[in-house]
Amino acid sequence: MTFLNYLLSGISLGSIYAIIALGYTMVYGIAKMLNFAHGDVIMVGAYICFFAVSRYHMPPVVGVLAAMAVCTVLGIVVERLAYKPLRAAPSLAVLITAIGVSYFLQNGAQLLWTPNPKVFSSVVGTGRLALFGGQLTVSYVTITTIASCIVIMIALTLFTGRTKMGKAMRACSEDKGAAQLMGINVNSTISVTFAIGSALAAVAGVLLCSAYPTLVPTTGSMPGIKAFTAAVFGGIGSIPGAFVGGLLLGVIEIFAKAYISTQLSDAVVFAVLIVVLLVKPAGLLGKKVSEKV
Amino acid sequence: MLTVENIHVYYGAIHAIKGISFEVNEGEIVALIGANGAGKSTTLKTVSGIMHPRSGKISFLGEDITHTDGYKLPAKGLAQVPEGRRIFLQMTVMENLEMGAYVQKKPPQSDFENVFEHFPRLKERRSQIAGTLSGGEQQMLAMGRALMSRPKLLMLDEPSMGLAPILVEEIFKIIQEFHATGTTILLVEQNAEMALQIADRAYVLESGTIALSGTGRELAESDEIKKAYLGG
Repeated sequence: MTFLNYLLSGISLGSIYAIIALGYTMVYGIAKMLNFAHGDVIMVGAYICFFAVSRYHMPPVVGVLAAMAVCTVLGIVVERLAYKPLRAAPSLAVLITAIGVSYFLQNGAQLLWTPNPKVFSSVVGTGRLALFGGQLTVSYVTITTIASCIVIMIALTLFTGRTKMGKAMRACSEDKGAAQLMGINVNSTISVTFAIGSALAAVAGVLLCSAYPTLVPTTGSMPGIKAFTAAVFGGIGSIPGAFVGGLLLGVIEIFAKAYISTQLSDAVVFAVLIVVLLVKPAGLLGKKVSEKV
Repeated sequence: MLTVENIHVYYGAIHAIKGISFEVNEGEIVALIGANGAGKSTTLKTVSGIMHPRSGKISFLGEDITHTDGYKLPAKGLAQVPEGRRIFLQMTVMENLEMGAYVQKKPPQSDFENVFEHFPRLKERRSQIAGTLSGGEQQMLAMGRALMSRPKLLMLDEPSMGLAPILVEEIFKIIQEFHATGTTILLVEQNAEMALQIADRAYVLESGTIALSGTGRELAESDEIKKAYLGG
């Protein structure tokens, strides 16, 4: 049963990584940039939810929606102000800018909300569900996290596969020039992608802090880096890849903590990443379409 | 229908198009021919709003589109089959056609049937990923995709490039079929012989200017053209 417990916490942590990784991978797919500020959007989302629920006593659902709304706007504004002017710039310039935005958000949060840790109260309470006569207990947070991840995954798959906007997004990520010739407004499509990614980051922030309740301005950076790793692991640019990569990363991390060493868990995670990239440089589900010429 | 007046286009400091003027009237097939680097593709990119001229004027159906964002043009009836086809390789044939119809709210089934009538091969392969099509099929998909926006003016950039002669014949036959159904055609080609055979009028580009113009037949019979482009 301890094995099952570990597996569940792994899947739960992995679900959070997956939700964050989806934002990374969608933005990379369309804007071909690594948005290193993505992790900090998670933190902003968590703060918004914290203030809405703990300070202004709003219902948790409203807190989550507020966090999503604020992060959506934040994502769009950051893209417009910081990344859009660099659309034709070398990718290194964009990367540095993203790191700059990351610091800006972290320091902005310190200024606004002080560096003192806030204790985030879980949006779904701290209850646990006892299974198998109490041998296996699952917290509501775990259940909610895993369920959210599944719902998001299905919704995104339907969105990109079935809707006009979703298909336009895929078209843009493949060839912006050709997409424009179809009459697709590439700039607004990129904005929508940032909006979706940032809204997902808000959800991830709330879930993350519901499971690990200490909230500080740097809360988002480590999960952000882990999720970026997950996205690379699964094949950056691929939505199912982010899902698989996130889940695997979470499970490996928890198992490494449980069976090898808490201190070494991150080393194990990254060692697995290196091995995977050596064998499959495009990541587990990285796209390698055979093209006839 | 399309009027281009004295446009100058630059790539940074490079003066690529040096004052080109031409027009395409409704119902015509007009060809722009010329050697590699003469500015044919740049001209087309400028018309379709991917690049903008530093000076000069472009108007389409009486509307000034000189500085209109490229993505707004398909809705006005201007479609382009770009050089190198540029189909969405990771999407299915059907999805590529749907993207072609992006400017329409919901493309009617008859539009897809219309494309499949011109290109029966695409119908067989409609759920296939476009990257797995042969070069000729990809060219057909690029043309079908452009047709899905119901263009008034269809611009084709080097549709014969990289295709076997038999396929080139087929592609040109289909361009004439498009034309017969009422689509005006602006064709950019290195294959001057083929282009002049079907063109009502043609312009010859040389290092960013128009060196010659005339009807397709006139140019096909002109000594200069024969010497420079038709191998004799």
